[in-house]
Amino acid sequence: MIKLKMGERFAALRNREIASLERRLFLRQGLSMGALSLLAGCNVTDEAGVENALRKISSWNDTVQAKLFAPKRLAQEYPASAIVRPFPFNAFYDEDGIPAVSAADFSLELAGLIRERKPWRLADLYALPQVTQTTRHICVEGWSAVGQWSGTPLRHFLERVGADTSARYVGFKCADDYYTSIDMATALHPQTLMAFRQDGDILPAPNGFPLKIRVPTKLGFKNPKHVRAIFVTNEYPGGYWEDQGYNWFAGL
Amino acid sequence: MSDSRTEHLPASPMIHGRLVRLAHWVNALAFLVLLLSGWKIYNASPVFAFRLPGELTLGGWLGGALLWHFAAMWLLALNGLLYLGYGFLSGHFRRKLWPVSPAAVWADIRAALSGRLAHDDLSVYNAAQRAAYIALILGIALLALSGLAIWKPVQLAPLVELFGGFDTARIVHFVAMALTLVVVAVHVLMVALVPRTLLTMLIGRLPATRSPQ
Repeated sequence: MIKLKMGERFAALRNREIASLERRLFLRQGLSMGALSLLAGCNVTDEAGVENALRKISSWNDTVQAKLFAPKRLAQEYPASAIVRPFPFNAFYDEDGIPAVSAADFSLELAGLIRERKPWRLADLYALPQVTQTTRHICVEGWSAVGQWSGTPLRHFLERVGADTSARYVGFKCADDYYTSIDMATALHPQTLMAFRQDGDILPAPNGFPLKIRVPTKLGFKNPKHVRAIFVTNEYPGGYWEDQGYNWFAGL
Repeated sequence: MSDSRTEHLPASPMIHGRLVRLAHWVNALAFLVLLLSGWKIYNASPVFAFRLPGELTLGGWLGGALLWHFAAMWLLALNGLLYLGYGFLSGHFRRKLWPVSPAAVWADIRAALSGRLAHDDLSVYNAAQRAAYIALILGIALLALSGLAIWKPVQLAPLVELFGGFDTARIVHFVAMALTLVVVAVHVLMVALVPRTLLTMLIGRLPATRSPQ
């Protein structure tokens, strides 16, 4: 189902998406000044200027968070009794929009600064060494839920395929057209997993079959589901929500 | 203009220094932005069984509210640290907010409610004011700490533990907001009742013509 040439196609798509999203969503949803402008008794006309300033501060917050991030500090692990069942479904679409990924047809594509870019079949991914961890998934909305995920440390996979781990970003493209990216330090964190299983079972469709990147040191929207491509790059890749204004680093 | 007119008159005593006034208004702005953007963030996934009035919130949507919230936090933190540093080191807190005894606070609240609380000397805070301003400082400090716990629950895990977990830290953050807001509301009400206090927080002193001593 995925026969895209990766690499330069990514870049083109990404830039177009970012440009159009930025215009559309910010004009529509806006950063309504709401009650503040009422209280101030005036309309803030320079909304673009305000938004620009806020985005600059958000970039500054990325820098601060990267400094705060301790590469070896582990997110708290919980006992099995803390696991929330059923695990909440959350996406930018309703449950009827969950992509039907065929296990037989699936292949994970690799692109960018990676030496061995041959696609990976699901059976080969399942054969990788796996670990299990029970951690808290924290949504940007504020709710949280403890879940258990099993899979291969992303670090192990990146080293195995010869990724340039001195590059700045690791990006993800998903079967539901979601996309996001994380900093290399977080990609190499011991708890950052390529999760194939949740709660002992093969990852269910609502929770990201067949592959979810589980990042317990970042907010939920940095944990992409239905991942079909991984790329390594030095060019800021953004993300579905990040391009609309969510903070990019989003570290916990 | 009024400055040049009153310049030749004997200066009335300074009630609020420049740094205190600046810190007050920067804090008021940061607090307002954090409050209204925080309400929008709360509404994205309410801790309690109610939502806050959406038309009063700031940011337009969750992403916008978060941008405001995590920008204004710097303003609140830097301004707050400057103010606390000044307050402790210069003796400002010791002079203006201390001592404060529960009995004196209670007596002043009763006097205020019966309209008998004197406001002759604005340079001296009564016991109810002292208690309120200390409560406000503590409330904002609690907001900052619980906010840090929610923002960085992995990097600042011991802080989260101190609050009894991530979900409890969210509740603490909300309750601290509500209590702080009550103090702010009473404060604003008192300023409305004694409007010349607003003037002193703006220009530092009462105009010379109104202060014959």
